[in-house]
Amino acid sequence: MSLETPLHKVEGLGSSHSGVTHFWRQRVTAAALVPLSLWFGVSVLGLIGAHEAATLAFLSQPLNAILMAAFVIIVLYHMVLGLQVVIDDYIYVNWQKLSLMLLMRALALAAAAAGLFALLRIAGPL
Amino acid sequence: MADTPHAAHRPRPLSPHVFHYSWPVAMATSITHRVTGCGLAAGTILLTWWLIAIASGPATYNRFMDLAATPLGQVILFGFTWSLAFHLLNGIRHLAWDLGYGFSIAAARTTSILVIAGSILLAAGVFVLAYTGHGGYYQ
Repeated sequence: MSLETPLHKVEGLGSSHSGVTHFWRQRVTAAALVPLSLWFGVSVLGLIGAHEAATLAFLSQPLNAILMAAFVIIVLYHMVLGLQVVIDDYIYVNWQKLSLMLLMRALALAAAAAGLFALLRIAGPL
Repeated sequence: MADTPHAAHRPRPLSPHVFHYSWPVAMATSITHRVTGCGLAAGTILLTWWLIAIASGPATYNRFMDLAATPLGQVILFGFTWSLAFHLLNGIRHLAWDLGYGFSIAAARTTSILVIAGSILLAAGVFVLAYTGHGGYYQ
């Protein structure tokens, strides 16, 4: 006899309540970050010692602006997924875990908003 | 059940603390993957700071670049570079595992050593290029 409720069985998410969603998203963002990180490294090396005008010109090019925006968003999303695992592993007290998760996500969201606003201001007529 | 009181006084086997193991290299790379991941999370502050500095005009941008050029700034940037190199290379190793490759002990050992050596070479290579004037090609 199964102790699962019919709803739980239909949802098929297991005891973690989210199925393979977290695992899968961590892998997909990781795969996307392989080429994006290489592009980021080559770009930053190319901007070493550059004057403000040269850096602005580089990030104003549509392709570079789009790739940098993608890098910021995907890095922060991958970070949220990774830090979630770290918090899950080491924080046992429920309210502490919940508070840290919310704080970490709020900081990631703030960083994404600030980074994208900066990019809009660099690349666009803001 | 007669020897239960006696058994209660016998020292029970304990699993040793992590620092008492002689670390297999794959254990070192696994722990380093998590540590560099946490370090890179702090590094996203640098990334955001850099973008905001670029968007905020020459004075703010120059102040950021001056800070980055200080010895402490360079040490932090080297730590960031090496962490990114390590997490990237070891991340590729993890993705290979997810596809079912490289699970044998020998392969795990070999790829661990490759990741450690590769990450140091990559980070050092970036800094050698930067310090020998081979960076800055987008100016």
